[in-house]
Amino acid sequence: MMGLVYEGYPPEMREKIRVVEETREERLGQQIPKLSLEEREKLVRKWHPDYREDTKRPVRIGPNKGQVIYREVADLLESWPAVKPGDVDLDNIDYDVDILIIGGGGAAASAALWAVYSGVSPENILIATKLRFGDANTVKAQGGIQAADRPNDSPVRHYLDTIGGGHFANKPELVRALVMDAPFIIRWLEDLGVMFDKTGEGEMIEYTGGGASRRRLHAAKDYTGLEIMRVIRDEVWNKGVNVLEFSPAVELLTDPDTGAVSGAVLWNMEVKAYYVVRAKVTILATGGFGRLHLAGFPTTNHYGATADGIVMAYRVGANLRDLDSAQFHPTGVAWPEAIRGELITEKCRSLGAQLVNANGERFINELEPRDVVASAIIRECAEGRGIITPTGACGVWLDLPMIDRVRGEGTIRRNLPAMYRQFIRHGIDITREPVLTYPTLHYQNGGIEIDPWTHVLRPDGTPIPGLLAAGEVTGGVHGKNRLMGNSLLDITVFGRRAGITAAKLVKEMSGKPRISLKHVERYMEELKRLGVPENRRAPVLLPDYRGERVLLRKLDLIDLAPI
Amino acid sequence: MSSKESPETGPRPVSGKEEGGKTIRIYVMGRAYEVPEGLTILKALEYAGFRLTRGVGCRGGFCGACAVMYRMPGEYKLRTALACQTLARDGMHLVFIPYAPMKKPRYDIEKLRPDAGSVIAIFPEVTRCLACNACTKACPQGLQVMDAIQAIIRGDIAAAANLAFDCIGCGLCSIRCPAEIRHVYVFQLVRRLYGKYMLPKAKHVEERIKEIEAGKYDEEMEKLMKLSLEELKRLYMSRDIEKA
Repeated sequence: MMGLVYEGYPPEMREKIRVVEETREERLGQQIPKLSLEEREKLVRKWHPDYREDTKRPVRIGPNKGQVIYREVADLLESWPAVKPGDVDLDNIDYDVDILIIGGGGAAASAALWAVYSGVSPENILIATKLRFGDANTVKAQGGIQAADRPNDSPVRHYLDTIGGGHFANKPELVRALVMDAPFIIRWLEDLGVMFDKTGEGEMIEYTGGGASRRRLHAAKDYTGLEIMRVIRDEVWNKGVNVLEFSPAVELLTDPDTGAVSGAVLWNMEVKAYYVVRAKVTILATGGFGRLHLAGFPTTNHYGATADGIVMAYRVGANLRDLDSAQFHPTGVAWPEAIRGELITEKCRSLGAQLVNANGERFINELEPRDVVASAIIRECAEGRGIITPTGACGVWLDLPMIDRVRGEGTIRRNLPAMYRQFIRHGIDITREPVLTYPTLHYQNGGIEIDPWTHVLRPDGTPIPGLLAAGEVTGGVHGKNRLMGNSLLDITVFGRRAGITAAKLVKEMSGKPRISLKHVERYMEELKRLGVPENRRAPVLLPDYRGERVLLRKLDLIDLAPI
Repeated sequence: MSSKESPETGPRPVSGKEEGGKTIRIYVMGRAYEVPEGLTILKALEYAGFRLTRGVGCRGGFCGACAVMYRMPGEYKLRTALACQTLARDGMHLVFIPYAPMKKPRYDIEKLRPDAGSVIAIFPEVTRCLACNACTKACPQGLQVMDAIQAIIRGDIAAAANLAFDCIGCGLCSIRCPAEIRHVYVFQLVRRLYGKYMLPKAKHVEERIKEIEAGKYDEEMEKLMKLSLEELKRLYMSRDIEKA
């Protein structure tokens, strides 16, 4: 590795680490009992951002008018379209396909493959994605993928764990599909060549995760999502499916009379030209909203996670659910500042890493569901038992060396290479030193409501013809809180189902659909009545991290390409 | 010596000083920018005013979109890094390498065998490896890239797949390689061959699928879905938990 070596913790933090080292032996066999449902509820209600008064408000427009959701999402839904209907020429169709898949992560790739397996010709499928194919939260999922396949486990148990973790707010038929398809998905991935962690006899080495009652996390070291993504992407390319990169969808198209979805307007971010896509079926697989930085939190999400899918779906009448909840991953990086907000995989806790406050005490069972653990960390910091970094952030210790202490020297290097690398790049050796952690915005629990075969539903429960959705953009699978290892499963289970459903719909359809932006015109009337300022536009496509100093001096003299 | 080679020369704008915090100067393709100390290269560029589309992806070291090459003042060494994982340093001269030009060949994985012949038939350039180790030196993941290529030539697909497992596909090795090997795609093929044909299949997964297909869990599932919220909560809290 030809990079520079950095110095690690500053002396004042090293000093604070001593208490972690001094208490390690006595914490070794210590059992922290799990909380009752009532205790969980109390903790979460007091400390989790979902229950803070100032984080949410009712949305004032559209199918879910009056529903209370996160402010940043409400602002997006109350936004003018990025493209005015008059600015695009719908008489000139650039791509005329059977299936348009919007998004470039695991759900999109799974949908494409299963549409091909179901008989749709690859050249009649178009994947349109904002960044590169594979630039998605999928590649950042480290810990694993759940599937109840060991003899002491069952899909019924997986169902119970998932629905309990989700505060019983999940949509039951979606959870059923999730858990019943899971072993099948593992076999599919195995057949494609995913390098799962296995014993010499082929038995999967399975780990436990927060909120799971059995060890059912299938992993590929701590690169599980990357490994799954690169394998299925490779297969999509092998099949010859068309992929348009740097071309996010900015609006859906609809039949002017029936409201059925019939394609989308894409925007090439490099040359800034638009393309009109007509499609018999459109699949939304645009992922989540981390880059909106809800409640001011940093995020683990990839650069393009800006909730485009829910914005576009809402304008065609989709029902949104559970957007009053967001998942804050308990263990984001609190130090070093340069990578603040990045993920420290839950697998660290699965392997035995302990959370320790400034006094060297444990304060929560590390394998409680994510919202519970996150709330406990926020509490420790708010009540003065956190550690303050040189940049003024607060966090608690995650005692990673405990893993090697319990499971033997070499466990960290073998099982957590990505984590080791992430910190050693900043001079911190996680086999010897704990890391400082604080919750970070991680996952969009809610989203577009779908049925088990991924049809997008309206508030009255009827499907919007021509529109399917899968993955993080949807809501209902995880209720108000997702369990570790259920997101990689979600994207593959429902991506697959979307591909199969799309193929079926294509076969049933004769003739070409009609395209218009009539639904947008209608939505604009509502925006006008509401008095939304015209400069508020969505989808926003990318966050803006430019420095204030340069923005104050910004002049757009000519239109430059961003290379 | 031109101003590009020394951070000590060249004009500093009067307004360039940060209030309070210490600043450093980085050279983005030769052009100097003053940025606060302690930022990653990626965040430093953004601070300086770049709003990127290329050269940024997951921002967490998993996607390989933000490969950079740089030199430090006074060094001949050409260093590599991921911009999202590496601190900007005073005097750093850098360039983004957001893409390594290479087309992925298509193949049918079902028709291949897990041996060197299959790989070399698709990527004949693998045999041109000079063992110069430039690839290994370029890898921001610190992988033994050359060893993985040599393992393929020896026919050891398992070793190659494992050596290349942590590859994030940035392509820096392929840009430095005098044999013009497309490492990213070579390694993808090797890993799939190993995962598909050489790792033993999980029998317990197969068993469970049979049970599900035979409807073993349907009745219990139906029952669970019909439970009242109170009953469901009770069942949830009373479930036994396997030891981690």
